[in-house]
This record gives sequence, C-alpha cells and structure tokens, in this order.
Amino acid sequence: MTAQIDQILRKHPEARRDSLIPILQEVQDAQGYLSREAVVKVGEFLSLPASKVYGVATFYNQFRFQPVGRYHIQLCRGTACHVKGSADVLDAVCRLLNITPGQTARDGLFSLEVVACIGACGLAPVININGEFFAGVTRDSVAEIVDSYRRKADPDGQDH
Amino acid sequence: MAKIIDRKCCDRCWHDAHRPCTDVIACLLDGPLCHESDDCGRIRRDEITRLRRQKVDRPVVFVGAGTCGLGAGAGKVLAAVRQYLQVGQIDADVVEVGCIGLCAAEPMLDIQLPGRTRVSFGSVQADQVEALLGGVLSGQVPAAQVLGQFRPDDGQQAWDMLPYLDEHPFFAPQTRWVLANCGVIDPSRIEEYIARGGYRAFTAVISTRTPAEVCQAVEQSGLRGRGGGGFATGTKWKYALATPSEIKYLVCNADEGDPGAFMDRAVIEGDPHRVLEGMAIAAYAIGAAKAYVYIRAEYPLAIRRLKNAIAQARGYGLLGKNILDSGFSLEVVIKQGAGAFVCGEETALIHSIEGKRGMPRPRPPFPAVRGLFDRPTVINNVETLANLPTVLGEGPEKFAALGTAGSKGTKVFALSGKVARTGLVEVAMGTPLRQIIFDIGGGIPNGRAYKAVQIGGPSGGCIPTQHLDIEIDYESLKTVGAMMGSGGLVVMDEDTCMVDVAKFFMDFIQRESCGKCIPCREGTRRMLEILQRITRGRRNETGLDALERFKGVMYLNRLAEVIKDTSLCGLGQTAPNPVLSTLRWFRDEYEAHVYERRCPAGACKELITYRIDAEKCKGCTLCARKCPAQAILGQPKTPHYIVSDKCIGCGACAAACRFDAVVVE
Repeated sequence: MTAQIDQILRKHPEARRDSLIPILQEVQDAQGYLSREAVVKVGEFLSLPASKVYGVATFYNQFRFQPVGRYHIQLCRGTACHVKGSADVLDAVCRLLNITPGQTARDGLFSLEVVACIGACGLAPVININGEFFAGVTRDSVAEIVDSYRRKADPDGQDH
Repeated sequence: MAKIIDRKCCDRCWHDAHRPCTDVIACLLDGPLCHESDDCGRIRRDEITRLRRQKVDRPVVFVGAGTCGLGAGAGKVLAAVRQYLQVGQIDADVVEVGCIGLCAAEPMLDIQLPGRTRVSFGSVQADQVEALLGGVLSGQVPAAQVLGQFRPDDGQQAWDMLPYLDEHPFFAPQTRWVLANCGVIDPSRIEEYIARGGYRAFTAVISTRTPAEVCQAVEQSGLRGRGGGGFATGTKWKYALATPSEIKYLVCNADEGDPGAFMDRAVIEGDPHRVLEGMAIAAYAIGAAKAYVYIRAEYPLAIRRLKNAIAQARGYGLLGKNILDSGFSLEVVIKQGAGAFVCGEETALIHSIEGKRGMPRPRPPFPAVRGLFDRPTVINNVETLANLPTVLGEGPEKFAALGTAGSKGTKVFALSGKVARTGLVEVAMGTPLRQIIFDIGGGIPNGRAYKAVQIGGPSGGCIPTQHLDIEIDYESLKTVGAMMGSGGLVVMDEDTCMVDVAKFFMDFIQRESCGKCIPCREGTRRMLEILQRITRGRRNETGLDALERFKGVMYLNRLAEVIKDTSLCGLGQTAPNPVLSTLRWFRDEYEAHVYERRCPAGACKELITYRIDAEKCKGCTLCARKCPAQAILGQPKTPHYIVSDKCIGCGACAAACRFDAVVVE
C-alpha cells in the first residue's frame, strides 16, 4: 500500500501544487480510493497540510474515500437518461443490491456511483460497469446485467 | 514505415527532417512545390489517394467504435469481424473509426470493396456479421440494413440501387465542417488527417501570417465561443495578444459537464488532430508556448485518442520546439478534470488546473489578462477550436457566408431524448428547430406528441411547440428564454413532466454549486425544496407542511430573480433558468401540481395512485411478482389488489400487466 504510493510520488519529481490533482488521480487509479494514509502522504510530499489536500479531494466528485466493489457500477443521471427513465433504473439497482449511491455492497462485489453524464446520451439510459457500457437499460434488463456479473464472480451459482 | 512527412521525393526536394520545409503539408497534397516533376507529383497523388482510401487493393471493414458505438455493442461486432476474417482467411483491413453521429443506428459497420464505393450498415449485431460480410464480399449487399453508400471518388464504381448516405434524411440537411472526418477516417493515424487537408491551415499560418493577422481573420469570420457564452473568439484573442507577458497559456476546455451534450467527446474521439490543429493555431495567434487540454476523466477513450494524437503530432514535428523551423514552439499537456460541473466556468477551471478547489473568482481581471498562474490565458471550447482549421483554411469570408447576422458558421447539436434518430447533428446557424427535430431527428417515436425541447443544459431553457419554427442562433434562443449553451438538445414528449424536469435540473445544480457565494449555494437548495414540495402527495402531510408549500410557491419567482442578479459566476446566474423557462411556458402544469395535486404527464411518482381493475384482472400474479414493495396481494386466478400504504408508486405493475388492468389515477 505505502510502497505503491511512494512509487507514484517518485514519478513526480519537482512536483508543485498543480500536480496535486493528477497525483490524487493516480493514487485512486492504483488503489481504488483515497485512504487516510494516502492523503497525509501526498500532503507531506507537496508540503501542503493534509486538510488542504482533503479539501481539494472532497470538492471533486471523482474522489472516493472508501474502497469500491469488485464491480463498480456507474449509473448516468444526465438529462437524456432522466427523460428516458434512469430514475427507475437507479431505484431498481438500489433495491437489487440493497445499497444507496456511493455505497459498496456488504459482500464487496458491487458498488454504485451516480455520475452526471457519461456522454452517450444517444443511447440513454446508460450504465457503465468496470468500463463496459450498457445502453438502453430498463428496470428489467439491469437485473439481468447485475445477475450476469454475479454469475461471473461465482460460476458455481452458490449464494453469498 | 517512414513517416510521410520525412520523405524526400528526389534530390531536388528542399525538405529535410533536420531543416524542415514550412510548406511540407501543402507540398504533400499539391506538390511538389519547389521543383517541377511529373513523377514526384504522381507519387504524392498515389500516396494521398491511398490514404484517403479512394483506391483500396483489398476489402476494408470500418467499425464505428466511439464510446456510444461500444455501448451499443461495437466491441463484440469488431471481435466477430476479426474472427470471421481469420477463419475464412480473408485478406482485409479492419479500421476502428470514430462516431459518424447517428447514435440511433449504432453499432455501425462500413464495408469498402476494391473499386467500389463505401457502404454503411446500421444496427449491426455481432451475430449478423457473418451473413453481412459473407454477402458483401461475394457481391450481394443485403439492402435491408443499408444506411447508404458514400459518393463515388475517381475510379470507384457506385453500387446500383443503393441510396447515397448524404441523401439519408439524417445527413441530407447537415453541413458537416467540424464533423467532416468523424466516423470517416481512422482517428489513430495522423496520415489520414493530413491526406484530407489537415494541418495545412496551421502550417500556412505559421509561415505566412503574423499573430495579429490571425486574430484579425478570426474576428472577421465572426466565430463565437461554442461552449456556452458565445463571446467573439477573435476579440478574446486580441485581449490576450495585447497583454504584454513573456508566458501565455492556451486552454482547451473539454470539460463537457453539460448533461445531454457529447459533441466534444465525439470530436476528440473521431478526429483528435482537428482539435490539436485548432489549438496550435490559437496558441500561435496569442503567443502561447504551452497549452492545456482540460478533459473530463469520464471520457477514457477520448483521453487515449488525444494522447496518441499528441505523440504523433510531436513525432511529425507539428508540435514541440521550433515547429517546422518557424521559431514557434508549442507544448500540449493533458489535464484530467475530476468531475465538477462548475469547472466549465473559466476561472474555476483555472483554479482546478492550479491544483485548487475549482471555485470561480470575480471578473475582471479576465483570464485573457490574468489567468492561469497569473498569466494571460485564453480558454476555448473544443468545438470552437475544431472550427479554426476551416476558418483559416477556407478563409474567414467563406465561414462568415454561412449563418445568420450575428452567428456565423455551423453548430453541432447533440440530439437525444424522445426522438427517433438520436445523434450528433451539425447544421448551419439559423436552421429552424423544427427541421432539426422532425426532419433530421425523425420526430417523436411511438406516436406520442412533441412537448418541448430542452437546450443549453442546466443553464438553458425549454422551447415549447409554439416556438418550434425559430431559427436557431445565439440571439433567437434568448428571445424565448433559452440559450445556446454547448448545444445539447433533449427532446421531451407528452409523458415528460416539466415540473419534474425543472426539479431534475435544480437537483443537479444544487449538488454542483461550489458553495462560494450564498445566493447560489443557499438559493438553489431552497428552490429545489420548493419544487420537491410541489411534487409531493398529500400522504403524511401536516398543516405546517401545507403552509410551507404554499409559501414556497409564492416566493419561487422572486427567489429565482435574486439568484440571477446576485450570483458570482455564470453557473449561479443561469441556475434558475430551467425553472423560469418551464414556469413561463408550462404554467398550467405547475398549477395542476400545486392546486390539484395532479401530474398531467403521470411522471411524478408521489402524485400517482395505482388501482387494479377487478373486472380486467385475470389473476396471473405477474404484477405481484414484479412489485418491489410486495404491495400487491391476491390468490392466483382471482383478482389482485394493491395495498396503498405499501405502494411506492414505481409503476412496475402497470408496466408488467398484459391485460391493462392496472389503472393509473
């Protein structure tokens, strides 16, 4: 964990304040979220108080402070998706996984994030699971999609 | 393969990798310029025809692999194509292109056979690939899936009986300047962009014109910012050029935060070099040696294509130090946004690049005078920059010839929502809205009626039926209480509730408000609360709630005016627009919600009750199984009923019922 952060920091010699966001993005890419330890370490590296680092990190929607699930679901709530019924899809996903946006399911398999717009408005409503896009999802089809990932994680079909 | 730019045709050529000739691009396209030789000219023409794919010696399969294409299944189509070619041992090229703009027909696949024109197929699924490819390769084109064929170039024979793509109702009314190459060329190869005239304007500009002349030309063209504000681009550049400073910056704003807009993503994915060329021209015009692209992290494919394009342009000497020995240097750096809508605002974007919280600051001083790291900075939107190769390549007069009095050139609109053909549409300024929605977009699907179109995202407004005939430009939209914004057009039909839409935007804005100034931070939250109360049912309502609700309704208009007048930045000043505009055109819907607690569109869940018609119910138990709240009771083969206290109003039962037994009230 710490070694990974050090490795990232070494890639930014002579880093100044303007490197803060790129460094945080790299740390989150590597670890899936920003741990308390990472925030402090990045602050020390850039000679910034941890509070400032935390202040920047919490301002932006991209940064998370809890680990994500094995399958991270991004659900688009842009205008086109809203008009085409993404609120229903969101409701269905929340019920299926028993979590609210921003949370990770207890078994660590799924986490849910609501994003402003994925930019695939022509195919609304859209969800994105670990980089794979699903277009025109409905209340029913989202259940099948989630099931397919569940089977992928546990091919024997045993219950968790 | 040696880069085409490094190649000398013969000993008489002046060009050299170490002392490059500034005319190199023009020379490649029309050359040779420095000496006369039929042979050298023929070699060049052959190369260009090959790169433009006017002449192919084996079949080429193009797959539209933009983000939207991939979402629709282009990845699987691509895999199926590769497998088919491998199994059949067929010698053919497979090219991943960007998005041509017709999202509704994704995944799209084009096939070009030697000596024939390129044919586009729409809605191709992976399991249809085998039949499709097999058919076309043996000369049989399955007409059902054909969208159209391209116009024949020299030496190409058109297919009989197939329509032309530019006659397709989606493409016919369009004027494609910015999107000219999108979905046509391979975005990962700079050679294909150059073969279609790319970088010609830039190389001509740095060798023959002064920065002041470039600014003048852009001002003369009448090009205005395509990101929302609509400020004259040339004028902005002149301010930056006139401010003395050793270091200046150019920023390309690709933080396309507007929900409902995706043209910047599509342009970067489909034609990244056009944006880079535009940036290089802009940087030269203001005297910047460093440029940033501030792009959303949500666009991974666009970032990848852009990185690749920057590396190629550097390799070609079109970016970097002393470009083509002109003395002009430019470094382009990608900065990934971290997801904050307010960072589309210039000063907030600057703070974000500097590594701070993305909060706006009061202007003046404007960024063109004091911006990034306190240096003069010009911030231009992707589409604005993508217009520059046209403005300087074709001349400002040609650009200004298209459009209306105050708005010149074309505009790309992202058409989405309840419309038959969704996608990216580029039309001349001044095109009637009706033509965009009904001719290009194909009207409203499922026989529903048009209600409104939302333009300009969270800062814009809705345009109702009675104003469908306005000719879209920056000024005309303001007269109906909307604005151009970045050009997202979300079409709504009679099933869309306008109060719900206003609530959706207020929810978005209050979450994205940076919190710096009070009117926006507190005001937008209060507005959201008022709208939430309006759309709430009587269930569990106390006397105080009813009073608060009514008070909110009375103050809604005044609150909106205060937020508009007193907010610090553009986000706050335009935040009440979705409410004001829906209130102006759809007052009756607000009144139905306020007085009758009824949602005419049937979209506000809390105002709807569901009931099962015992006469029609066959007792199939489908609704009970679909109900997420277990609110439906009943024995099989006997009529069911809904427990109203348990019902959450999701509508799953109504959608599931095959006998229309669920009544919505």
